[in-house]
Amino acid sequence: MRLRMNAVLGGTLMALVLGTAVTSFFWTPANPLRIAMRARLNAPSAAHWLGTDEVGRDVVSRLMAGAGTSCLVAALTVLAAVVLGSLIGLLSGFARGWVDRVLMLVNDALLAFPGILLALGLLAVLGASQWGIVAALGLAYTPTVARIVRGAVLSIREREFVEASRSIGNSALYTMWRHVLPGTVSPLIVLATSLFGWAILAESALSFLGLGVPPPAPTWGNMLAAARPYLESAVWLGVAPGACIALTLLGVNLLGDALRDQLDPRSRPQ
Amino acid sequence: MSIALHPGRPAPAADQAALLAVEGLRVGAGGFRAVDGVSFGIAPGEILALVGESGSGKTATGRAILGLLPPGLERLEGAIRLEGEDLAQVAPARLRELRGGAIGMVFQEPMVSLNPAMTIGAQLGEALALHSTLSREAQRAACIAMLRRVQIADPEGCLRAYPHEFSGGMRQRIMLAAVMLPKPRLLIADEPTTALDNLAQAEVLDLMVELARENGTAVLLVTHNLGLVARYADRALVMQRGRVVEEGPARQVLTAPRHGYTRLLVSAMPQRLPRPPRAEGEVLLEARGLVVDYPGRARLFRRLPGKRAVKGVDLQIRRGETVALVGGSGSGKTTLGRAMLRLVQPSGGRLLFRGQDVTTGPAREFRLACQIVFQDPYSSLDPRQRVGEIVAEPLRHEPGLSAAARAARVAETFEAVGLPGMDRRFPHQLSGGQRQRVAIARAIVRRPALVVADEPVSALDMTVQKQILELIRRLQEERGFACLFISHDLGAVAEVADCVLVMQDGAIVEQGARDAIFDAPAHPYTRALLDATPRLVP
Repeated sequence: MRLRMNAVLGGTLMALVLGTAVTSFFWTPANPLRIAMRARLNAPSAAHWLGTDEVGRDVVSRLMAGAGTSCLVAALTVLAAVVLGSLIGLLSGFARGWVDRVLMLVNDALLAFPGILLALGLLAVLGASQWGIVAALGLAYTPTVARIVRGAVLSIREREFVEASRSIGNSALYTMWRHVLPGTVSPLIVLATSLFGWAILAESALSFLGLGVPPPAPTWGNMLAAARPYLESAVWLGVAPGACIALTLLGVNLLGDALRDQLDPRSRPQ
Repeated sequence: MSIALHPGRPAPAADQAALLAVEGLRVGAGGFRAVDGVSFGIAPGEILALVGESGSGKTATGRAILGLLPPGLERLEGAIRLEGEDLAQVAPARLRELRGGAIGMVFQEPMVSLNPAMTIGAQLGEALALHSTLSREAQRAACIAMLRRVQIADPEGCLRAYPHEFSGGMRQRIMLAAVMLPKPRLLIADEPTTALDNLAQAEVLDLMVELARENGTAVLLVTHNLGLVARYADRALVMQRGRVVEEGPARQVLTAPRHGYTRLLVSAMPQRLPRPPRAEGEVLLEARGLVVDYPGRARLFRRLPGKRAVKGVDLQIRRGETVALVGGSGSGKTTLGRAMLRLVQPSGGRLLFRGQDVTTGPAREFRLACQIVFQDPYSSLDPRQRVGEIVAEPLRHEPGLSAAARAARVAETFEAVGLPGMDRRFPHQLSGGQRQRVAIARAIVRRPALVVADEPVSALDMTVQKQILELIRRLQEERGFACLFISHDLGAVAEVADCVLVMQDGAIVEQGARDAIFDAPAHPYTRALLDATPRLVP
């Protein structure tokens, strides 16, 4: 029962966030970039549900647009990490020997770095932009994916059906694609879900530090950063993006748990 | 090793108080009944065999006695009296006291029933500490005496060792020692030797029966193998679909079965039927001085010494004939089989296919003409593919086959293995026997010249074994492929082989025509294998 609650709650939250993100590409209540200096720091009202910010932009619109940016960045990050990490993990697990050792040495060295620190360093080189963040975070998360995929590959390649595939004359590449890769999908889905959450959090943190998506484009992180000086006079400026981040992460984690329970029968409660 | 049927003991008198009495046991869930109204008794010191195939409810019956049913199954009704005390009614604490104390249990998988992270000593001590008041020294002494009793060399060293340091047979003997230490009055042994080869099986079961007789322990032996019933049991209970269909003294049940199902089981025991003599065909595949080495494990600065699994084997397989390769676990027979197909690269010697050297290089024609059937049909089929796709896959390498021709070939092959129209199913929707049929279909769909069958029936029930062996024989007659049949079970070998090679410790110790090997074995290892083979008439 607890299980299904997780799935329902997590699913609803994520659907809301993703729905908002997609909507924001077509429509927001007001232009999130339009400055109105006469309506600075307005409290929530019928016209502006969550008030306006320090230069009079509508907070609801900015939150929606921020959801769009954050989700896009996070999704692209996860995509990059999953593709790159799967390739490395697959190669490493299937080739074994010195290929595996070299790949995993580099991988473990990267893994020893905190992801956000690695991203900070890379961003300093690449420059702060949406694509810079995707590249930096994608690279930072690749080692985790590679580890998981390699582990799955190592266990699957010992199964007899992989040997059977060789025995009927299939090439190693085909065997990998047709028999080994599909077996890594369920752990990958679970990992990708939590990576999505980490990416949103990391992107917010980077934006908060001023290394994220550059202004005036809104993200939850840079909204939070901009709200800091006004926290006493305009609480909603900080609370709204903070709550968005927190709820999104909650949704992602609940959904991830539910997915893991669904896909991995061993962790299913008896 | 003794092979004689144990001296026929008089059947326990009816008035003798039963040690265990099971009355009207029903186990199930929802509308499903795994055990449907089973009643039986065990007298003190008696050995009762509970015989049946997968799904007959024999395991659920054994487990219900100790309240150890797997999740999803529960005891619905019935009484289980141990010396008058109804185990179905007692408090969980009392049941725990009985488990491992008055009632011991040996499970099927010695690999998983010993804890890999605990030393043998700690695991042996566990049961004693729970169920006796001996001092630590006395416990240790009892453990060592018991390990010596189950013929473990160096019992002191064994106490400090971990389970992975022992072979399957030794582990099962250690398990037996652990269970017998508290001197239980009843031992429930659930397929205790199914994972072992015949030699280890005979060793473990001989010991189990001796220990039980010494301590006056009654044994409930749950098994699908009638040969074991003949050899060890006083009385037998045959179960089918949750019900007892026949009960009686073991000898009578086996030699004069009354129920149709028992007769079916008895007839499924492997038999050696005359094989038509065959003309000597050309040599299809030949190994000359074949050697396979496994490299040692790489440690930080050195490489541990490797193992020579196959030590210079000469072997010829002629067109259309069945060559059986027999030997215990670790004899190198599986490695040799893999090396014959170059699934394992030989490290020495030569491999000739139709006179061509195929030891190295792509040898494409050879690869496509030789196929393999694996032991475990649960692991050898990709769970994500439909069985139709699985069987069609080898045809990828058949040039010039249209999609329609391919589909026709797959359908025809499914027909041939007795699974018409099953191609849309997934492996998990099939039974073990059906899966092995799919694996056979995959091996023959490309019309190979040789099929290596690595223990193709040892994971299956007896009646299913019989069907699969018959299937292989029929397909061979129809299609004329040769077969290298690898097995530890001489019973199965007797049914299908033209000639037999006996392998011990990486080398062939005896070879010859089937009847010569079975009737006049020359090598002591061959004789030991023959003696250990379960059969109805000793």
